[in-house]
Amino acid sequence: MLSIFLVLAGCFSGEETSSEPATPTETEEPSGNEGTDDAVSETPAEGPKILRLNNNEEPGSLHPGTAQGTHDSWILEHSFEGLTKKTPEGEIIPGMATEWETSEDNLTWTFHLRDDIKWSNGDPVTAEDFEYAWKYALNPETASTYAYQLYYLEGGTEYNSAEEGADLQALEDAVGVKAIDEKTLEVKLAQPTPYFLDLTSFYTYYPINKKVQEENPEWYQEAATYVSNGPFKLTEWNHKESMKLVKNENYYEKDKINLDEVHFVIIDNENTAWQMYQSGDLDLVYPLPQDVQGQLLANNDPEFVKGPDLSTYYFNINNDVKPFNNPKIRKALAMAIDRQTIVEHVAQGGQTPAYSVVPPGIPDVTGDYQENTGALFEENVEEAKKLLEEGLSEEGMDALPNFTLTYNTSEGHKKIAEAIQEMWRKNLGVEMTLENVEFQVKLDREKAGDYTLSRAGWVGDYVDPMTFLDLWVTDGPYNDANWSNAEYDELVNVAKTSMDQAERMQAMHDAEKILMDEMPIIPVYFYTKPFTVKPHVTGIYTPINSYPQFIYADINQ
Amino acid sequence: MMNKEPKLTKEMFEPIQQQFHEAEKISRPSLSYWKDAWLRLKENKLAMLGLMIIIVLAILAIIGPYLNGYTFYEQDFTKKNLRPNAEHWFGTDSSGRDLFTRAWYGARISLFIGLMAALIDFTVGVIYGGISGARGGKIDNFMMRVAEILYAIPYLLVVILIMVVLEKIQRGIWPIIIAMTITGWIPMARLVRGQVLQLKEYEFVQAARAMGASTTWALKKHMIPNTMGPILVNVTLTVPTAIFTEATLSFLGLGIPAPQASWGTMANDALGSILIGNFYQLFIPAFLISLTMFAFNVFGDGLRDALDPRLRK
Amino acid sequence: MLIYSLKRIGLALLTLWIIITLTFVLMHSIPGNPFAQEGTMPDAIYENLQRYYNLDKPLLVQYGLYLQSLLQLDFGPSLKSSSISVNEYIKNGFPISLHLGTQALFIAITFGLIFGVVASLYRNRWPDYLSMILAIIGISVPNFILATFLINYFAVEWKLFPVATWKSWSHTILPSIALAMMPMAYIARLMRSSMLEVMNQDYILTAKSKGLANSTIIIKHAIRNAILPVVTVLGILIANLVTGSFIIENIFGIPGMGEMFVKSIFNRDYPVILGSTIFYSAILIFLILIVDLAYTWIDPRIKISEGKK
Repeated sequence: MLSIFLVLAGCFSGEETSSEPATPTETEEPSGNEGTDDAVSETPAEGPKILRLNNNEEPGSLHPGTAQGTHDSWILEHSFEGLTKKTPEGEIIPGMATEWETSEDNLTWTFHLRDDIKWSNGDPVTAEDFEYAWKYALNPETASTYAYQLYYLEGGTEYNSAEEGADLQALEDAVGVKAIDEKTLEVKLAQPTPYFLDLTSFYTYYPINKKVQEENPEWYQEAATYVSNGPFKLTEWNHKESMKLVKNENYYEKDKINLDEVHFVIIDNENTAWQMYQSGDLDLVYPLPQDVQGQLLANNDPEFVKGPDLSTYYFNINNDVKPFNNPKIRKALAMAIDRQTIVEHVAQGGQTPAYSVVPPGIPDVTGDYQENTGALFEENVEEAKKLLEEGLSEEGMDALPNFTLTYNTSEGHKKIAEAIQEMWRKNLGVEMTLENVEFQVKLDREKAGDYTLSRAGWVGDYVDPMTFLDLWVTDGPYNDANWSNAEYDELVNVAKTSMDQAERMQAMHDAEKILMDEMPIIPVYFYTKPFTVKPHVTGIYTPINSYPQFIYADINQ
Repeated sequence: MMNKEPKLTKEMFEPIQQQFHEAEKISRPSLSYWKDAWLRLKENKLAMLGLMIIIVLAILAIIGPYLNGYTFYEQDFTKKNLRPNAEHWFGTDSSGRDLFTRAWYGARISLFIGLMAALIDFTVGVIYGGISGARGGKIDNFMMRVAEILYAIPYLLVVILIMVVLEKIQRGIWPIIIAMTITGWIPMARLVRGQVLQLKEYEFVQAARAMGASTTWALKKHMIPNTMGPILVNVTLTVPTAIFTEATLSFLGLGIPAPQASWGTMANDALGSILIGNFYQLFIPAFLISLTMFAFNVFGDGLRDALDPRLRK
Repeated sequence: MLIYSLKRIGLALLTLWIIITLTFVLMHSIPGNPFAQEGTMPDAIYENLQRYYNLDKPLLVQYGLYLQSLLQLDFGPSLKSSSISVNEYIKNGFPISLHLGTQALFIAITFGLIFGVVASLYRNRWPDYLSMILAIIGISVPNFILATFLINYFAVEWKLFPVATWKSWSHTILPSIALAMMPMAYIARLMRSSMLEVMNQDYILTAKSKGLANSTIIIKHAIRNAILPVVTVLGILIANLVTGSFIIENIFGIPGMGEMFVKSIFNRDYPVILGSTIFYSAILIFLILIVDLAYTWIDPRIKISEGKK
């Protein structure tokens, strides 16, 4: 009787945040005496191990070839596996392929597949499945958004950019991937690509069960027809409502998988997701509402994990709009932001201020690339004022006219934009208007050059500085700043094609220096991946450029 | 009980000498419709309370932002999320901005939007619905069909679409007002039309028409006073509904752009803060909206009672 | 009556067609396109996507193609989600929104009428004040604030109800209440003022002097006449319930039509926007039709299609 009362009292004290490490009774290991009275725990001590997560959004497409983003990739990364995969520490290890060789000129890779790999329906995974999948993604009629990840293959770009009426079959045949036999895959690259192995663990490179797709092109739209080759398989999918993953009995390493099931809900609202976590309906929450994040961080909450993230928060400046064509003016703006305040009081996720573009987490020849970069510029209000004046007089202006910062609608971006707006007003006497638009609209306008300043973020697709530096080559498809610098282009090209790691890294460091000298974009901070996870869940690890992975997770009630 | 019947004698009664037309005279001082209404309104204590609140809110909206020296946009992160205290009477928000100043600055915007929207809806609705109902027949048919078509497109879609289309030209208060009133007048029009249709068949209107009055005159003199009741209730609810819709737009990210504030955006900003226990940030705009609602409601009620000629004493 | 009904149905169809056209035009005039990605994409891919969804054809052709598929009751594929067609979206989402809306409507009408009638009968006494205070809360607190509070106390703190999603019947309660608050308050106020007006009418006085029991008067005469303004407004309230449910659906994670609808606007998912607008408008038109006919039935004095005599 008394114990029931104590347990209930425990619930009420586990108030708004889970920041009471000493008292929550519902999360302690039931040591026999309290177990039976625990009226609050959701899962019984015995019984299947179920992890409950929130996918935030309904998947756009659970087909590796046409996946669109993190609301697809989180599930894909756990239901499929590529030629390679990564350890929790981020090392590339064999996945579907056990070994591989490269040719002398580094253009041909040969992969040898494992023996005992099967699809979730029992079919064996063959090299043909890989060839089929990659060609399918490159097929222009598939209209895959991530097809460009396969442009590294010989003939990839050409096939995907085919005009209407072209001979698609011929183009497809010319793509550099071929199944030599059931267990051997030969890949020909368009040019030497040092980070190619990293790419093979990316979801656009996953295999597809050729037989299944040829019989039923819509196999990926329902759980009943879903066939995959990874640690989990999709058994239930109530569109816009929920999804269920179950351990894949045909997975070659199934003994390493502890979880029995994974249940996904689809809750779009951050606050609600947090409340579900509080009430015990979710085991892990990402992302977190900002204020909650700040509080958890400040209280050193044990359930709070500050995962690494390979991404940078920055402002695009349209270099074509006067007077932002002048680097001094751009630098002045960059130097007048108090990044520490933003990181500590606004973003509140333990992020770090960015004084360069490439975030930490990428290994350099020795050490970490970003650490080696150091700070490529400094915040200095007095200097900034001076630079602004100089820049303005160079452009023949007295004062900076009111300009607009465009950001995509979100509480977080709004607060950051407001803070920076105020900082520039206070420090430089500059007036800026804020404009929030829907995400799609912002991207469109950036692409069309219809903006002055805009907020942007870039997540690395693979673990190499190139995934960032590649953005700003002249006429690059992602160069929304419309900036151009021949020396930069040169250096980037060297880094792209050289197989000498030291040479590449140096070239990239040099390129980044030029970038920060001219400041076509303004870095603000390096992201982190802050999330919370219940203490009874262990084994979650956070790779640097994807969501928390639960492949090896376990539940200890 | 004693039944004291006074003895009635013939002498006690005198015939009143009167002219014919004098007998027809109304023996009460003649008050115009509006004067009568105002007198009755003044007597209604609750309604006057409502009016007082509205006036106080309006005054504070004008001078409030200047009262304590803080601006609505200055941020001070060392002072963020402070509960109400001596320096910051309403506390501060998560960027360290003074909530007292922001609340009254927001009052300006929210009240303006609410009043404008209600005014436009009322004007357009009454005219449109009045004409439609009074005319009847084909004209009524046509007008109502047009209204129906406009109204059958979901309100929120219309509002969002208009906001998005206008967003290229301008952002701020007017696009919001325009977006809200483009189809917002329709409920009022339907209500008025319904009332007019009902009343058209009432005896006193038929009597007036029988005496030769034109429909417009009948409209003015008879219908309006009689339809005022539900119409005014509807108007007093339009103001807060408009403030509401504006809050909804803020939730969807289509509200007033930062760093300006309206009660709607303040409420939306504060949603996350209750997760960490800062209820005051949400309470203040919510309370102000409620207070405004209450005030407009009781005042509207009072107006309705005052303007209803059948309640004339 | 029959001719009248047929005329109205014909007009309804015309209205629907006009709405389809209007929405189509409006939507394609919104800036932004559905295929933008963070960092944009190579032109080849962009063009492939446009081609796949017929977005590269001239507007008139797209319009024609669309009308064609509509006649086959096919709303087309969703641009954002390749696994679901618009038809499926509607098929899955509508019953849920309907359930939520109906439950909320039921709560709103029942309690709204009760509060309104009670308030009018006990005018200026405590039941009146209590009802009106509740009504004011219902109208004056925006539903997203209400919903957040409901979740915070009833779900997280007191654990009486689940926080979110739509899994069991107890999951539907909090959202229904949150959604019902405003229409309920609206109905209560309207009913109250309407009752007050009706109670002052001559025929009520007549009934009283005839010696009819109070309850008979109230039910048979007063309520029946007082309800008219409420019935008019009912159509609108229902309309608002279904759209206004977006916020509730978003907060409570309910996979209904409201949520998908506004999401599609932000995603520029044209087929979904068009499909749900048309579907939804069709329902609205239908509802208005019913209300109109009900109007005539309740108050036979209104001859709607008659003009000036």
